[in-house]
Amino acid sequence: MTASASERLTLVARPLDRQVASLSALAIVLALVDAALPTPLPGVKPGLANIVTLLALYRLGFAAAVWVSLLRVLGAALLMGSMLTPGFFLSLAGALSSLMLLAPASRLSRRLFGPVSLSLIAAYGHIGGQLLLARLWLIPSDGILYFVPAFALAALITGTVNGLLAARLLRRWPSSKH
Amino acid sequence: MRLIRPGDVAVFTLAALTCGLVVWACWTQSPARTLSIRQGGALWREVSLLHNARYHVAGPLGDTVVRVEDGRARIESDPSPRQYCVGQGWLEHAGQSAICLPNATSITLEGARAYDSLSF
Repeated sequence: MTASASERLTLVARPLDRQVASLSALAIVLALVDAALPTPLPGVKPGLANIVTLLALYRLGFAAAVWVSLLRVLGAALLMGSMLTPGFFLSLAGALSSLMLLAPASRLSRRLFGPVSLSLIAAYGHIGGQLLLARLWLIPSDGILYFVPAFALAALITGTVNGLLAARLLRRWPSSKH
Repeated sequence: MRLIRPGDVAVFTLAALTCGLVVWACWTQSPARTLSIRQGGALWREVSLLHNARYHVAGPLGDTVVRVEDGRARIESDPSPRQYCVGQGWLEHAGQSAICLPNATSITLEGARAYDSLSF
């Protein structure tokens, strides 16, 4: 018995899938905006796409945040033609390490810790993962330590600003589940 | 829903402190790169701190032994009676120095910033 050509294979997109897809699309656009903005130091970026990761985390759960974050890394790399380049691996390392920190952080009391906390934690996760990969693989020298303060200051500012933006957006997006 | 919650302030403070610590550690503590060894007022040799080694510097009283290890340096032994320079131990930061006066030998860590002395 062989499957006949007329048999249709259908993929059913659940409402959650659609929401993840649209948030990912939004994150990819913001990642492109990020890449287009001029920066004083390569690697220092506003990280606007992280706002979308936070929105996904708050409204759709941690699994959705992982999807949105990784789809963004993949989609942005495809669109910018940086697939499998060092830049791609740096952004993947940043995304993975920030997700690893967000996993425990998202269990913190929501009453005490808001989006600003999570955004700061994610921002530091990003630079931590990127610097670690850069030190181990791309620039195996302690000379890289000289740039660490610049990245840390950038993460402090972008983490706070992105967190505040995410908090404002979450206010407008009621938490009624999909 | 409030934009900023109490925990956020704590996390921000912690992040800002981390920033300050990193700035202090990476920008103000300039690591020493070379060691200059002086004998009788003249530069005897300038050596790299990247290579572990022992240097025997001949002075009027005998040999002063300078040791370089893991980016640090110290006077390992000296013929002077009071052993002040040996007692100073390891030197790690740029600008630090140890002087063996009777044997007219001194070592100084060279780097971007040179302080005459540091006290904590």
